[in-house]
Amino acid sequence: MELYIALKVIWAGLLGVLLCGLAIMVGMDMGVGTLLRFVGRTDAERRTALAMIGPHWDGNQVWFILGGGAIFAAFPTLYATSFSTFYVVMILLLFAMILRPVAFEYRSKVAARHWRAGWDWAFLVSGAVPMIVFGAAFGNILQGVGFHFSWDGQYYQDESFIWYLLNPFALLCGVMSISLAVYQGGAMLMIRGSGDIAARARRFAMAGGVLAAALFVIGGVWITVIKGFAFTQKVNPGMPATPLGGPAVVMRAGAWLDNFHSVPILWLFPLIGLCGMLGGALALRAGKPILGWWLGALAWIGTIATVGCAMFPFLMPSSSMPSESLTVWNASGSAYNLGWMLGFTLVFVPIIVTYTGWAFRVMRGKVNPEAIAADDHFY
Amino acid sequence: MINPTIVDLSRLQFALTALYHFQFVPLTLGLSFLLAAMETVYVITGKKIYKDMTLFWGKLFGINFAIGVATGLTMEFEFGTNWSMYSHFVGDVFGTPLAIEGLMAFFMESTFVGLMFFGWDRLSKPAHLAVTYIVALGSNLSALWILIANGFMQDPAGAKFDPTTMRMQFRSFGALVFSPDAQAKFVHTSIAGYVAGAMFVMGISAYYLLRKQHREFALRSFRIAALFGLISTLAVVTLGDALGRMDYLVQPTKLAAMEGLWHSAKGPAAPWKLIAIPNDAKQKDAFSIGIPYVLTPLVAHGWNVTIPGVYALERDARARTISGIKAIIALKTYGTTHDPAALAAFDRHEADMGYGFLAQRYAPHQDLSAITPKEMPGVLAKTARETIPNVFVEFWSFRIMVGLGLAFIVVFAFGAYYSLRNRLDQHPLVLKAAMLAIPLPILACEFGWVTAENGRQPWTVYGWLPTFQSASSHGLGYMIFSLVGFMLLYSLFIAAELYLMFKFARLGPGVHAIPVPPASVAARPLYGQPGYADKSWK
Repeated sequence: MELYIALKVIWAGLLGVLLCGLAIMVGMDMGVGTLLRFVGRTDAERRTALAMIGPHWDGNQVWFILGGGAIFAAFPTLYATSFSTFYVVMILLLFAMILRPVAFEYRSKVAARHWRAGWDWAFLVSGAVPMIVFGAAFGNILQGVGFHFSWDGQYYQDESFIWYLLNPFALLCGVMSISLAVYQGGAMLMIRGSGDIAARARRFAMAGGVLAAALFVIGGVWITVIKGFAFTQKVNPGMPATPLGGPAVVMRAGAWLDNFHSVPILWLFPLIGLCGMLGGALALRAGKPILGWWLGALAWIGTIATVGCAMFPFLMPSSSMPSESLTVWNASGSAYNLGWMLGFTLVFVPIIVTYTGWAFRVMRGKVNPEAIAADDHFY
Repeated sequence: MINPTIVDLSRLQFALTALYHFQFVPLTLGLSFLLAAMETVYVITGKKIYKDMTLFWGKLFGINFAIGVATGLTMEFEFGTNWSMYSHFVGDVFGTPLAIEGLMAFFMESTFVGLMFFGWDRLSKPAHLAVTYIVALGSNLSALWILIANGFMQDPAGAKFDPTTMRMQFRSFGALVFSPDAQAKFVHTSIAGYVAGAMFVMGISAYYLLRKQHREFALRSFRIAALFGLISTLAVVTLGDALGRMDYLVQPTKLAAMEGLWHSAKGPAAPWKLIAIPNDAKQKDAFSIGIPYVLTPLVAHGWNVTIPGVYALERDARARTISGIKAIIALKTYGTTHDPAALAAFDRHEADMGYGFLAQRYAPHQDLSAITPKEMPGVLAKTARETIPNVFVEFWSFRIMVGLGLAFIVVFAFGAYYSLRNRLDQHPLVLKAAMLAIPLPILACEFGWVTAENGRQPWTVYGWLPTFQSASSHGLGYMIFSLVGFMLLYSLFIAAELYLMFKFARLGPGVHAIPVPPASVAARPLYGQPGYADKSWK
């Protein structure tokens, strides 16, 4: 059983790593997509902006696919319940996500003005919507979602989607998420761009960083009055993976700060997040986009780790049936499965990081607008 | 209570999105290897025309690839959004190959495809060739893991149901990965993709030859594609036979439906039905023509075997349903009371559990313990009938797939023959046939999908979890919203895709090969270069 507990904790950590990878890499591309119409006034400028992430967006998007697959395998009940209870949101996210690859590949293949303008709007929608949804989903999960289970493991939803989608706290999280994406995407546009594009991107990216920092602080204060979740009974972390018949859970204002009170060193994470946002904005101001980009990555890591630490071991608490909340302990896959998956992860993640790094190295450098203008078939 | 309308709409949505996705996958699988082959010739011979070929077909590959990636995302999402009970029930086993696919294959394919398109001037010739091969390898590895996952749905190997967690627990990685069904299907499906890729290249080349354009280019492309296609088609047909035998071994209901066997077929004289009009409602053929002495050697690779028909299978299903109902009642008692006696009762009937789930649909209020002795025969009969997939659909989708496969052999054989003898110009009929056949391998793949997945019904996990039980409990509004959204978006995509495919195919090579700017112009290295110190925004 000890091994099983360790595997569950490791997979909770890996889930965090995946979410960070997704937020940083996909978020950057989404940020560029969102900014496309604003940093690029002319078609040439927009094509230049797209060319900056052109060779990499496809690989980056796999973080998203891998995230889905890993949750499916490592936390099957979480996957089944969250994707279903968030149906409308997930379908919207999906529509946005499938619009992107097509927009990238098809936009510049036809020179007609309306064709390109249409796909430019697609970039705005498919960049902004997923990032807002990504953040809003966390905002909703922090407040608990209404669901319970029947005897055979099927979930049932206890509230309509309008209420969990459109609440002020979730919107705050959504706006913060898009701000960080804009910051990250703007930093990339500065790294690989020059002239007007870089100058405009800089303003948006700085604003994104500062806005994210402000919202992060407001959210931090807000969370003290939001009802968090806590166990009131002894918990067996090696429990069988079923949400039924688990220990009692209570909803209490400020419970999400319990972990920080008992392990004060965790305060480091929100601090890192805040430093990343403000420090990054300063770095961009000083004309150091590469430093700014990395600080932006740090901002994401700090933010996601803060949420993870606040909720641990909860993954998706139930507001209508708190004792059936999904946790790291009761929503995971079997020890056998987690073990195999860990093996594959340990082998393949270093390989992935290596070749992704190599791909960025091969394509490094500033994108030259004249070359893009001369080449009809670059993005 | 499960709402049958929601289940049907979820099925419709999944089938539509899967069939849509599967229009683009075969071409990706096949074209990626053809691109690698063309580029190999380029690297070895150094002839520019082969680079033009790689660039031109690569352009069309890209148009197809993007939409394949996009629609593939949908598939991964839908398990969670629409099939929550399924995801919960088998996620521990089924999710793993999907996650490994991401780690091992999809990441590779997607990262290197960027370099394949944009890395021509930044990589040495061998390095770029390696990148192209990695993309081909990645897409095929992707197919491998997806079909391992699908193999589990067809023949659940390597897992065991756990009454405490109420789901299948992963037990053997080896049994999952080396499931004969999964392996046979992987090889059959990926090679079917090569056929699609080959027909695409051969058909468009034939179009140029007919119009007397891009002759050199078209003749070479035609030859590579025809040879590649001929070998692939022969392999597909052979492996399809192996897959048929797998169905005989593990999915008797699928096989009975595929061959339209109402009555059990006793070898050796049992006829193989060439044509029939199966009537599912009356459970007999309105009309049929068969060839004696073909069925059992074809399917079972033996003479004196009996292949069970629909009637016999329904009889078996009835007996298993009686046991399965006991299993589910005991399981439910155990789930709510943790009574060891209930667990013992469940263990006795565990093997038939799936049939109990299946019977739930026909029980009053979907509650098995509420079935009265008077209602029982009706429930058993309906459940048994339900275990047989739609015979008409299965029979004909299978035959269309096989028929098309055999026709491709002819097209490729003539194409290869005349191409090797340099006599293509004298046989415009062959060229026309090749051109018209472009969409047919994809159609054959779609019918193959229908054969495999319609034949699996009524199960999502064969024998263990019914489709009816697998869906999420959504409202009607949700389903309409997503269905309408998919239809609008996908229609937009296919219109754009076809428009671009036709546009670039018509324009032909040369004109639209990517003109690659020299590295010094495209981008300057970042570090220590003037570009990096560019402070123009200050």
